[in-house]
Amino acid sequence: MASKALTWLDERLGLSAIYRVVLDRKVPKVNWWFTLGSASLFLFMMQGITGIFLTVYYVPSPDHAYDSIQFIMNEVAFGWLIRGIHHWGATLMVLIVFAHMLRTFYYAAYKYPRELTWVSGVVLLLATLGMGFTGYLLPWNQRSLWATVVGTEIPGTLPLLGPWITRILRGGEDLSAVTLARFFSAHIWLLPAVLAAVIGVHIYLVIRLGISHIPTEED
Amino acid sequence: MKKSPHLSRNEFVTFALGVLGTIMGALVGLPAIGYLLSPALKVRSGEAWIALGPLENYPIGVPTLFTFTRSKVNGWEKTVNSYGVFVLRKSEHEVVVYSNVCTHLSCRVNWQETSAEFICPCHDGRFSIDGDVTHGPPPRPLERYETKIEDGNLSIHFMEG
Repeated sequence: MASKALTWLDERLGLSAIYRVVLDRKVPKVNWWFTLGSASLFLFMMQGITGIFLTVYYVPSPDHAYDSIQFIMNEVAFGWLIRGIHHWGATLMVLIVFAHMLRTFYYAAYKYPRELTWVSGVVLLLATLGMGFTGYLLPWNQRSLWATVVGTEIPGTLPLLGPWITRILRGGEDLSAVTLARFFSAHIWLLPAVLAAVIGVHIYLVIRLGISHIPTEED
Repeated sequence: MKKSPHLSRNEFVTFALGVLGTIMGALVGLPAIGYLLSPALKVRSGEAWIALGPLENYPIGVPTLFTFTRSKVNGWEKTVNSYGVFVLRKSEHEVVVYSNVCTHLSCRVNWQETSAEFICPCHDGRFSIDGDVTHGPPPRPLERYETKIEDGNLSIHFMEG
């Protein structure tokens, strides 16, 4: 019965074809370093899910941001767990994505025909760092506030455009409620949308081109 | 090729992934349900006995206003509400405590000594010294609090909040 239903669905949706192409594709003999891409994807989904849960209680306003997080940590059941996963998952994601890039670099997997996979990967790395930067402000404590003051001042040292970039990042002259709101917006809408779209491109390219083998002496 | 009675490597990995995935899903999924529901399941009672001081403080036959505040915490937000009650000592040991909230639209009523009645400033609702409606739109008499006298000290049973 179950297999009949699956066959019915498969005839119409082509699920087994998707499974074959996505998960049963041929790969060369590889090692554990080749799991970092999947690990990055897993962490992205984990961050997405825990992030959605955090927005249930978090309020991105200077009046409530800090208190709402205290509420999540101390009052809400398992709030410490959800926020803990999001917090440590963020750090781990930056590490894993970076290690993934190093693996690609050292195995020379960025070469023809995979240049665009590399370029989209660079976008993903930058967007991941952007997630870290914008997410760091949201707890609205002393550390996150001053880290963002410094972080938004650094591009200000660029000649000509610098002060303008700082003002755009902060949404004005100073770090303020406007900064918190736009960092929140970037953190939960803009950057995740970019990440999701570019991850789609990245994975499409990986599936289309296949992955490269570990370089040998002859390569 | 005859099928081996043992698990193939592929089957083992599929099985192990399924088990691990289920455990990880449960470890995160079940707390997540608690996370969403927990504030809804916490029942905080605003019920309390409020001490209004020694009974001798209140004159016999004249409704006397007593005010107090109660704080309420919702999530990370604390709200302080102020309340007023009229204490009417009918005799040495008999006391009635009215809420000063008009039963029409919740304005605060005042005791007017000259006409000996409670007057609501909003829509001219009037209540007798017994709290009954004598004039205007209020649909019900003034609310009364349950009272308690211990060692000559008066308390009222506060329910809301």
